Amino acid sequence: MTELKHTPLYETYKKYGAKTIDFGGWELPVQFTSIKEEHAAVRERAGLFDVSHMGEIEVKGEAAESFLQSLVTNDVGKLEAGGAQYTAMCYENGGTVDDLIIYKKGDHDYLLVVNAANTDKDFEWITSHAPENVTVKNISGEVAQLAVQGPKAEAVLQKLTDTDLSTIGFFKFKEDVSIAGVPTLVSRTGYTGEDGFELYMPWEAAPKVWEAIIEAGSEYGLLPCGLGARDTLRFEAKLPLYGQELTADISPLEAGIGFAVKVDKEADFIGKAALKAQKENGLTRKIVGIEMVDKGIPRAHYPVYSGDRKIGEVTTGAPSPTLGKNLGLALLEKPFTEIGTEVDVEIRGKRKKAVVVKTPFYKRG
Amino acid sequence: MNIPKDLKYSEEHEWVRVEGNVAVVGITDFAQDELGDIVFVELPEVGDEVTADDAFGSVESVKTVSELYAPVSGKVIEVNEALADSPEWVNESPYEKAWMIKVEMKDPAELNELLSPDEYEKATSEE
Repeated sequence: MTELKHTPLYETYKKYGAKTIDFGGWELPVQFTSIKEEHAAVRERAGLFDVSHMGEIEVKGEAAESFLQSLVTNDVGKLEAGGAQYTAMCYENGGTVDDLIIYKKGDHDYLLVVNAANTDKDFEWITSHAPENVTVKNISGEVAQLAVQGPKAEAVLQKLTDTDLSTIGFFKFKEDVSIAGVPTLVSRTGYTGEDGFELYMPWEAAPKVWEAIIEAGSEYGLLPCGLGARDTLRFEAKLPLYGQELTADISPLEAGIGFAVKVDKEADFIGKAALKAQKENGLTRKIVGIEMVDKGIPRAHYPVYSGDRKIGEVTTGAPSPTLGKNLGLALLEKPFTEIGTEVDVEIRGKRKKAVVVKTPFYKRG
Repeated sequence: MNIPKDLKYSEEHEWVRVEGNVAVVGITDFAQDELGDIVFVELPEVGDEVTADDAFGSVESVKTVSELYAPVSGKVIEVNEALADSPEWVNESPYEKAWMIKVEMKDPAELNELLSPDEYEKATSEE
């Protein structure tokens, strides 16, 4: 077995009682105290996540914008400096290489933040398509990332900086913001369905910033949070997870992130023809929400039936901490995706009733 | 970690309280702590037969599903129905309120295969 990778906060986890797991080759905290408590902290107050395992890739050069336009599904031309954009990167057949956020720092200067487990694959994919006048650099090992999420996130973080954080809008960012004295890229983005920030800083500086946020957050009831709560939070908000809702076999349209797919943008991009055809001919399957009617919890890969016919499978399932219901996201054949459709989920050999429901399951008020 | 002295244990983290020819079965404090918040418990029905080392049900935390393995063989004579509505008892009171099933033992000699409290403590400290 190869040794697990550690973020700069690995030593700090122990102090906060983290239970760690192997997450795509990284030893990361699944929880500190309890997934339910951490989940509630983010919905009601604030939570702090170490997501330093995420990948960061720089794309720079005169042709950076046109190159990115040829690579991703969203319209990079709409981005202005200081703006961030959620997008997908596809194969020719419309299957997904990864979903990512692009930060535009300047006209010829972009930062791509990709899923940890996909970093090497993405870097190879990007470099293999890059023209000569674009430089692509994997800086994942130099950049740590913390996420402060929840309705009190801004109040907590504001205590640590002179920059007025209320001036940073949703999907906007500022560079070189001093957070507890550390130069940080502060972005109003996240993966929880709540307001909050993602902070990018030098690798070695992360423990200092972490401790400062924990201290600043104590009066607001901020908790350190693990990947368990991160997953239930993003699941309730129907934010896809690569490897589950999005894969090389599932297109972004099928996954329900069509808002990030601009088949009508002028530039040709990898997968455009396939995605355009999917859109014009109609999808044959898509991700929907399901709620259990019978007792039982749907889990990833459980088969879903209508009568004797297998119509798809669960991609993520969990007991929703906020709603107190057993919910799932499932990739189902199109005729079975109308709200109210009754389906069966096979749970350990037994068929259990469920019904297709509206998503997202949770939307902040 | 709490390992009561009057119980027997399996390597799969079940405990057994012997009451005559009946075995009361649940999961240990170590197991509930490893699993985290328990949200669902699936148990057999009264009258079902269970076989030592075979799965007889499952417990689910927010993130995971874990099988429950029968420490002894026999017929299920009582099931803790209250766990269906109060799965959190497995976290709060693994040895008392969250007993899971009572089994009329077929072969009480199977108890000799189980671990003593000291042996179980040693086994968990090595995990």
